[in-house]
Amino acid sequence: MTLNLRAGIVSLAILAAFLLTWHVGTQGSGPTQAMDPEYAKLMGLTATTGKSAMPGPLDVAATIWGHLKDPFYVKGANDKGIGVQLAYSIGRVGLGYLLAVLVAIPVGFLIGMSPLMSRALDPFIQVMKPVSPLAWMPLALYTIKDSGISAIFVIFICSLWPMMINTAFGVASVRKEWLNVARTLQVGPVRRAFTVILPAAAPTILTGMRISIGIAWLVIVAAEMLVGGTGIGYFVWNEWNNLSITNVITSILVIGLVGMTLDQALARAQRLVTFPE
Amino acid sequence: MADEKFISIEGIARRYPAPGGRQTTIFEDLWLPVRRGEFVCMIGHSGCGKTTVLNILAGLDAPSEGVVIVDGQAIEGPSLDRAVIFQGHALLPWRSVLGNVAYAVSSRWRKAPKAEVEERARQAIATVGLAGSEHKRPAELSGGMKQRVGIARALAIEPKILLMDEPFSALDALTRGTLQDEARRVCLERGQTTFMITHDVDEAMYLADRIVLMTNGPGAKVAEIVENPLSKDRSRTDLHKHPRYYGLRNHLIDFLVTRSRTFRDAPPEGYDPRRPPVVRPGEEVSSEWRMASGDAAEPWRLAGE
Repeated sequence: MTLNLRAGIVSLAILAAFLLTWHVGTQGSGPTQAMDPEYAKLMGLTATTGKSAMPGPLDVAATIWGHLKDPFYVKGANDKGIGVQLAYSIGRVGLGYLLAVLVAIPVGFLIGMSPLMSRALDPFIQVMKPVSPLAWMPLALYTIKDSGISAIFVIFICSLWPMMINTAFGVASVRKEWLNVARTLQVGPVRRAFTVILPAAAPTILTGMRISIGIAWLVIVAAEMLVGGTGIGYFVWNEWNNLSITNVITSILVIGLVGMTLDQALARAQRLVTFPE
Repeated sequence: MADEKFISIEGIARRYPAPGGRQTTIFEDLWLPVRRGEFVCMIGHSGCGKTTVLNILAGLDAPSEGVVIVDGQAIEGPSLDRAVIFQGHALLPWRSVLGNVAYAVSSRWRKAPKAEVEERARQAIATVGLAGSEHKRPAELSGGMKQRVGIARALAIEPKILLMDEPFSALDALTRGTLQDEARRVCLERGQTTFMITHDVDEAMYLADRIVLMTNGPGAKVAEIVENPLSKDRSRTDLHKHPRYYGLRNHLIDFLVTRSRTFRDAPPEGYDPRRPPVVRPGEEVSSEWRMASGDAAEPWRLAGE
């Protein structure tokens, strides 16, 4: 039996144990003490039968199935399919992230190639980097005056730093002998940037991009809870207000799956540019 | 005259700032002419600035004083006329063998069509015996093969001067031997002017027409220029059978063991760094014979046979 197969079996066993515990844990414990029928009516089934408000795995499975059957419905502003909400979130992350790539990689190149700029910009980066991206939200709302674009800005700002720092590091640590090869061949600065520095730094740059997409996906949920309207983050908060724990759990699962997919896509891209030495 | 002083190192020095506001002089007052088509090896201990001299020749480093003139022009930075074979092969790992060599070729002939670039690259690869490995990545090659690609890349741009910085020192003895053979064959065939740094006495004796001996650093100078007395058609396997072999070898070893230090501290009477003495060790072994034959112009050629 290969290691992968054995690991798969253990994974399934853990999943089964978890689902079973969950199922047993959320079972009703029979009728509770007698109460005034009026009051019982008010409290609803969960209180009177002793059944927990926490849904069991079967309830969640049923909800997921419901979402899967019709993920893209739109029935008004506050009732959109989970697919539509996800599409909003992915769109915002994609746009903010793309803008960050366009800024971070050239600026990172500049910092990596120029010791002067590296030192000059370092204090700004060091101060900006630890700021929670959500702290930018009020400023963004005030200046941009559009909650959707503000969310995109927050994604932009949180994706920026890891990419910029990694690009600068990758560019600054290109092996000197490779640069000397380019110098002895009298390769011009632009050609050198694209034929030596970029390929040499690409694995490090992709590492930064992978960290960034992870952070962006973490932040979008919080950002959308704040700005509201659309998106998976808003969906989670809206379902909490609806006290639909099944939908909240479903969202958690979906958020995790999408995050994993994004990470895997960048991991694959990283493998493409990695060279064995 | 241009052929006699194809490369002319004229009074170069390299100094680095040292703690306490002072300067450390790695080498100074270094003069050396190199003839066109000649194979010159520079030998010296670590710290005498050999690699710095080579980097100055390559244009990767600049001397603190003095100039180097190549073919009538002072060196001002790197040039495609001077190809470097680096100690650590310095291949670009994301490019194939062909890609690495073609990169150099397309830098040399910028407007050349792709087919021509590839053709030249393939030729250079074939010259070093790597035909068939064009599409391999450097990571798939052995150390010796990587250095062959390094040689192919340098040769492909048809440089006026080939600069080698201990190119074979990281290889095992067998591979080193074959690569020395290849390097010698190619350089002889092309009449390639070559300047090589080494600390391997046997390598210098086999490859070089002249061997430049550096004193120890700091403050290193050229102590002597040794004319290689071994016959031009020498081969690596019967080198040691040559009558001048031990005379030459002893001279070089003796220099490295003791004279490299004593020479710097107490240079012999009449030593002029502008004209380092040219010696031809092992001469006395056959001086009698040479006097008899009356041939003083190329005594090594006759003595070798």
